[in-house]
Amino acid sequence: MTTRMTDEMVPAPRTPETGSGAGTFTPRDELPPLLHEPERVRTRPPLLERLGLPLGSIAAAVALGLMLGPVLGIIGFGWVPVTAFFWMLVTYIALTRLTENGPAVKDRFVGVLLASAGMIVVALLALVIGFVGWRALKIVGSLRLSFFTTDMGLTGPLSPLKEGGALHAIVGTLEQIGIALVITIPLGIATALFLNEIGGRYARLVRTVVEAMTALPSVVAGLFIYASVILLFTKQFNGFAAALAITVLMLPIMIRSADVVLRLVPGNLREAGLALGAGQWAVVRMVVLPTVRSGLTTAIILATAHGIGETAPVLLTSGVTSNLNWNPFNGPQISLPLAALEFIKSPQPDMKTRGFAVAALLLLLVLVLFVVARLLGGQQAGEITDRQRRRRATQSVRDMSRIESNHAEIAAHLAALRGSDPTQGASR
Amino acid sequence: MTTTYLPDYPASSLDDAVARDIRVAHAPVDQAFRQITRLAGSFVLVIMVLVGTFLSVKAVKAIKSVGVWEFLTTQKWSPETNHFGIAALLTATVTIALIALVVSLPLSLGASLFITEVATGRLRGFLTGAIDLMAAVPSVVYGLWGLVFLQSHMVPFARWLSTYFGWIPIFKVDGADPSNPLPNDALYTSSAFIGALVVGMMIIPIQTSMMREAFSRAPQGEREGAYALGATKWGMIRSVVIPFGKGGIIGGTMLGLGRALGETIALYLILSPVFDINLHILQNGSNSVAVTIALRYGEANDFTMSALMAAGLSLFLLTMAINFTASAIIARSRSGAESEG
Repeated sequence: MTTRMTDEMVPAPRTPETGSGAGTFTPRDELPPLLHEPERVRTRPPLLERLGLPLGSIAAAVALGLMLGPVLGIIGFGWVPVTAFFWMLVTYIALTRLTENGPAVKDRFVGVLLASAGMIVVALLALVIGFVGWRALKIVGSLRLSFFTTDMGLTGPLSPLKEGGALHAIVGTLEQIGIALVITIPLGIATALFLNEIGGRYARLVRTVVEAMTALPSVVAGLFIYASVILLFTKQFNGFAAALAITVLMLPIMIRSADVVLRLVPGNLREAGLALGAGQWAVVRMVVLPTVRSGLTTAIILATAHGIGETAPVLLTSGVTSNLNWNPFNGPQISLPLAALEFIKSPQPDMKTRGFAVAALLLLLVLVLFVVARLLGGQQAGEITDRQRRRRATQSVRDMSRIESNHAEIAAHLAALRGSDPTQGASR
Repeated sequence: MTTTYLPDYPASSLDDAVARDIRVAHAPVDQAFRQITRLAGSFVLVIMVLVGTFLSVKAVKAIKSVGVWEFLTTQKWSPETNHFGIAALLTATVTIALIALVVSLPLSLGASLFITEVATGRLRGFLTGAIDLMAAVPSVVYGLWGLVFLQSHMVPFARWLSTYFGWIPIFKVDGADPSNPLPNDALYTSSAFIGALVVGMMIIPIQTSMMREAFSRAPQGEREGAYALGATKWGMIRSVVIPFGKGGIIGGTMLGLGRALGETIALYLILSPVFDINLHILQNGSNSVAVTIALRYGEANDFTMSALMAAGLSLFLLTMAINFTASAIIARSRSGAESEG
């Protein structure tokens, strides 16, 4: 078993030894660099430059953009953000030049570009979520609560929005993701344990294959299940085949994130367990898995969030239906992403609206899963909350009294055996 | 301060000393644990082998009937008349993936550098979370957004681009008439460009997280060395972080490329499929291997299904080749050296 360096294992600073060279030293010089070494140097410009200049340039840029666009009508509305961005860059650089020299100006310039890239990425995400959410909010009034309790079986393409619902898709999604999780969780965690606890050349090969599998195109996974499960065994579209296709895609995500979490378990925890005489399985069950419980939960939830949105493999395996089907092993069973896709493809505006509602529902589901995962995952491996610490302290006190009573019993037993005074036995 | 004690037996016999063979006897329960997890690991291997085998076996019939060369060079997709090939599909797939890279690479490079080097504390946590969330948003939602929102907003830009830069071949749009006061917007919809913008957005998270991981491993000592020599932050990034993370940049980009090649549903919603090589990226009509599979599987009989399997096999081989290259680059680079166990 190798010891890996993690955040939790920052070696203690060397303290001058009192003895004459009998101390134990961590061989620090041969260790690989830490994954996240603490920053010791921080370079940042003064507050005025950090806040004043950017805010000033942004204000100037927005003003210019608005003036050229909506007010004077020289440029089209689409060009306003682009113009504003470039004007902001120009203003900011010009202002910086007043006080700084060449390299510093370049530094600020790149800083602005990097910050813009970060902001654009976040803005794009917000745009996607905001757009779908906004469209869903607009129609939320025209939907009835029956949207969640009826299927589309009796609803024609021209029926008003009040009729029909997504119950069939909700049931399909829940059953398919459920089946996929039942397969993925044990298999994924077992594989991650194999990669971490057992290791070796074979494990390295498996890890490489898992990484390749994360890149498996989703439509290929669907084709594979179609060719293997549907053509050979079931001969018809069904929910179980879709669940298997989702499994093929979820499994590598699950393994990878569980693997990352398991790597963070400090090696000395394992070694402490082994040194106390525990076997490998006992160490895994009582030390490793409890240490990473929150991390594993996060891994499972994130894999679920990815699996729930898989559309292409489901398209090829589950079949399209507008009826509620409780049985995943027989007959087509639609799921939320597929239902959204089918609704959107329809030319009827009301059907498209339903598509937006289903997509928003799906997005909401993913968001909720994601937030839950973040809340649970805020905890690092080996770190515990106050509540857990208190619980462990109580447990420890209970253990202490048990140990003491055991000890007294043994001492009494020894004393009885030897026939001498009990203190001698207890002191041993 | 340590003292090293030398053994007092003669040094000459040191060469004869051999390490004892340490034999580990695992308890039955540990033995079972080792075997079961090994089995689970093998299962993953078996799935991947099965994917390759099934696709190949099913694809043989179709490829045999037209021949490998025909299959690779034919542009049409008409298995019913035994005239089909992936030339147009692959060209379009690669075109879309490359445009997606052009869009996503600067953004993900900038975002990952911003997260590791500039942002601190809560902002860093927020950005990391946002990137992870972006990876979890279902592709059907991206497709919906691209179809309804992005398309209508990008058509004027595409028209502007083709009007003023139409002399560059890839920006040319056949049938476009800049002098027409009522331009035909339908020419610019459902194009490779609009599809690629959405795909580019979808591959930002994977690229960003790979690059972030590589950059965050750049050793503090080297960073401090750059600062000590008088570097600004950007100077430090350019001379320490980027060279250190080069493997991560290349590997992450290639992983993104692999994802872009396999993207299905967003393109399925946006593109209007054509089966000719169309390098005019702004022009209506493009295609991809994955989209063709998703569109055609429904009407498939045994032979047409075999043709689709052949297309799927080519996509599978392409993505695997790209992915293994990326893994090798990452593993060999300095930043990826410790990522393996």
